[in-house]
Amino acid sequence: MLGVAIIVFRETLEAALFVGIIAAATRRLHGRSAWLGAGVVLGAAGALILAAAAGHISAWADGVGQDLVNAAILGVALVMLIWHCVWVSNQGAQAAADARALGSAFGRGRRKPWALLVVVALSVLREGAETVLFVAGYASGSDQGSTLAGALVGVAGGTAVGLLLYAGLARVPVRQMFAVTNGLVQLFAASIASQLARALAQAGLFNAWGQTLWDSSGWLRMDSPVGTLAHALAGYEAQPTGLQLAFYALTLLLLLGGTRWVKAQQRAPVGPVS
Amino acid sequence: MTRLRFLVLTLLSASVMAVSALAAEPQVLLVIKNHQFAPAELKVPAGQRVKLLVHNQDTTPEEFESHDLNREKVIPAGSTATIFIGPLKPGRYSFVGEFHETSAKGVVIAE
Repeated sequence: MLGVAIIVFRETLEAALFVGIIAAATRRLHGRSAWLGAGVVLGAAGALILAAAAGHISAWADGVGQDLVNAAILGVALVMLIWHCVWVSNQGAQAAADARALGSAFGRGRRKPWALLVVVALSVLREGAETVLFVAGYASGSDQGSTLAGALVGVAGGTAVGLLLYAGLARVPVRQMFAVTNGLVQLFAASIASQLARALAQAGLFNAWGQTLWDSSGWLRMDSPVGTLAHALAGYEAQPTGLQLAFYALTLLLLLGGTRWVKAQQRAPVGPVS
Repeated sequence: MTRLRFLVLTLLSASVMAVSALAAEPQVLLVIKNHQFAPAELKVPAGQRVKLLVHNQDTTPEEFESHDLNREKVIPAGSTATIFIGPLKPGRYSFVGEFHETSAKGVVIAE
């Protein structure tokens, strides 16, 4: 049971943390529980379908179908996150600053963060499908009761860590809230980019920079608690390839550069913002 | 809408062709049975990309995972999946089946 719980926990963690971050970032947004819940439910429903079709998908494209599907999911999530970070959240920040309002970036805005809804659904979808596949496979064999109990413990554990992060973020003063959650979302985006790089390499679509650059597992193992958390939160890899590092760095540069550029564009016609 | 569908189909088929066009690399077969890898030691040439065919003969899914090779992939029950690895420097690269980590262990030896 414990083995099942640990694997399910690991699979659940990343999505749970992301939902926690987004829940904190949109704390003051009217009706956010409803759309956040909708994102999770949509993702979970999609995960069931994806898991049911896993056998077929796996055989696609000469055996790399799963990687192509993963790459597509990661690619859309990445584009959505970049778009959101660079444009939407800055408009929110600008509006909040102009109104001298306290509150998170979306707090004052009327717009719904659709991009985030999609990314929430996609991250639940991707992680959920693997979890469903694993639990269904395991339950068909050995003791079903203890397998399901383990799965529930694992999901509960992942959710608890997500809630813990949310509770921690809720204590951050509202003034710094935007910067903190935005920083976390940016790291999450970079992590998605690094996973995208691996999916592309694994499928044989990208062959450049395929060697691992270093091995820091002596310092921080991937399967240690801290390593697991660092991987889920910021995409930590003990043995990243050059391509992963390039994707990771490029995403961060794009986000930071894009954010600055948009801010400068906004500032120009309005005049300096104190 | 049709243009979008055309674009998606084109991209999809282009990627499929890109995969199949590069089929010149050595292929290695790895079988999963009774939650164990066979062969448990896999010899591959160093310095070139290798196409790893993983055939899961169990009735349960398995996740091929290797931090050394920087790969992870779920192999559904009864199916064969392709994982491209390398080009590798000469050396030993361990891998496990994450869903049955106590029994499913193996190592890729590049030489």
